Amino acid sequence: MSLRLPYFATAALSGALFGAGLYVSQMVDPLKVLRFLDFTAIPAGGWDPSLAFVIVPAILVMFVALRIGKTRQAPLFDTSFHEPGQKQIDARLVGGAALFGIGWGMSGICPGPAISLIAFQPDGLWFFLVAMFVGSLAGGLLSPGGSQRRPEEAVA
Amino acid sequence: MESFSPLTASLGGVLIGLAAAVLWLGNGRIAGIAGIFGHLLPPGRAMLWRLIFLTALIAAAWASARLFPQLGAGGVEPSRLAPPPEGWAVPMPVWLVIAGLLTGFGTRIGNGCTSGHGVCGLARLSPRSLVAVLVFFSVAILTVTVTGIV
Repeated sequence: MSLRLPYFATAALSGALFGAGLYVSQMVDPLKVLRFLDFTAIPAGGWDPSLAFVIVPAILVMFVALRIGKTRQAPLFDTSFHEPGQKQIDARLVGGAALFGIGWGMSGICPGPAISLIAFQPDGLWFFLVAMFVGSLAGGLLSPGGSQRRPEEAVA
Repeated sequence: MESFSPLTASLGGVLIGLAAAVLWLGNGRIAGIAGIFGHLLPPGRAMLWRLIFLTALIAAAWASARLFPQLGAGGVEPSRLAPPPEGWAVPMPVWLVIAGLLTGFGTRIGNGCTSGHGVCGLARLSPRSLVAVLVFFSVAILTVTVTGIV
């Protein structure tokens, strides 16, 4: 990480694009997300498929970026790409995703919107945010190797 | 279907995709919010860029609501969270704490959320991420069905 200013500016630009995208797509609104997750509304015609129209273009843009990345030895401002290393599909992956699914279905809030909602301060937000942080810390303690594991490589 | 908003949804999706693209091609990092958030405290290494990323994310959501409110939620700020379903007799703070704990814990041991597995992992054609996405979408849809929260 020799080029520190461009590196941090890139993090800021990426975060800003992400926050703008969450607002413009309305995924920052938990009620909107819940209207996607409510499949019982499909027969009555009240279902809101917007979330699918957010995630598909996002995947396509990232897919192209990954292709471009494949033609390069390293990213612009670091010495290597931090490729997620884990490959196995195990109980931790499935169990973690299932627990997250319950939390997401209860609230309509996933981590990105949870943090961007700090900009709008809806009542009760900090109950969710503090609990999410505590839950993440607890999960980290249960990770194999715990704190010894290099966190960069533990993140999908 | 009155709330269906394919144009702003797609525009927002492109912005989120660009965010992930910029972070990958610039810094070689995966834009997974759960991971970026979860490694904010020591002994997480490289905390500064994560703090900058999250601060910019909050600032941009705030600024977007003021610069182009006609996009987004049609000028309405997302001012409230979903209350617990009627008939469950659970106070809202308790409901939110349980949801938050499950979200933080689940994304940590499952190594990713809607952005890490959903956007970046599916773009990487990662089998792990595909499994995670299928599980958390199915369980979330089931949870909404069972609780009737909407």
